[in-house]
Amino acid sequence: MRLDTILRVCAKLFIPFIFVFGLYVQLHGDYGPGGGFQAGVIIAAGVFLYAIIYGLSAAQRAVPKGLVEFMVPMGVLIFAGTGIYSFVVDTNYLDYNNLAHGDAVEGQHWGIFLVEIGVLVTVASTMIAIFYAFAGRGRQ
Amino acid sequence: METVINMEALINMVLLTLLALITLGIIRVRNLFAVVVLTGAYSFLMASVMIVLDAVDVAMTEASVGAGISTVLALSALYLTKTEEAPPRYTAALPLFVVIGTGAVLIYGTYGLPHFGMADTPMNTGVGADYLARNYQETGVPNVVTSVLASYRGFDTLGETTVIFTAGIGVLLLLKRFRQEG
Repeated sequence: MRLDTILRVCAKLFIPFIFVFGLYVQLHGDYGPGGGFQAGVIIAAGVFLYAIIYGLSAAQRAVPKGLVEFMVPMGVLIFAGTGIYSFVVDTNYLDYNNLAHGDAVEGQHWGIFLVEIGVLVTVASTMIAIFYAFAGRGRQ
Repeated sequence: METVINMEALINMVLLTLLALITLGIIRVRNLFAVVVLTGAYSFLMASVMIVLDAVDVAMTEASVGAGISTVLALSALYLTKTEEAPPRYTAALPLFVVIGTGAVLIYGTYGLPHFGMADTPMNTGVGADYLARNYQETGVPNVVTSVLASYRGFDTLGETTVIFTAGIGVLLLLKRFRQEG
């Protein structure tokens, strides 16, 4: 597909908007539909589109395989680490009320923000890692 | 009001009929490439059904995972194998019986469910109403879905994230081992 000008140009136009939409879904999850899972999938879909149009090696230069495989457990660690941190500030595991120096509503905002980042990182990187693993095998 | 309800029923009927037709198509077609494309169309229609049911989060997930990512993953798996489904070796009588039996039991089960959108069902009067009443004072997050997922049921979401992590690691281990052997 590398020689198809229309697909290349359209993909080049679309991909930045896909990533910005993914970030919108992630950061606007408090107010509208969406959240870490949906945003992670949308961002992974952007990388998929890039890999399909421009080739797997170009995609792996932009989003290296090692980074992706490192991010898979990092997301779970961010999520679980938020829970551990809530121990440090004298609340129960994954209770965000004390995260922002006693202001419960502010603490909930921070907790939800961090936890959603963890979900985003794990979902996006898992999807990309599975895709790399499939696409990198070649016909046998 | 009357016309609004009829309109919604009409949209539902069109969507569900198309879903049934696509399912029949998926069963009949032997070309796996066509099956993957039909599955993507099925997911987009399912996302529309979810929007009719006001479940925008689920619709978004269905559209991006079902129609986007699964289609790409199925296509990349298809690249590694043949594109025609092999003819079935056994007669379909027993599977057909099991499927029809299960379907009949499930349809019978729906008669025990409360009507759609009833306000006095357990899920709308119990903990759900409690979340709706307490949410804004406690979290300041207008979208209850997000606050329930990330805060009130944080353990649940941590478990889901771990499931995705485990699934990803499992797939990676399987595919990498085969690649090194082959």
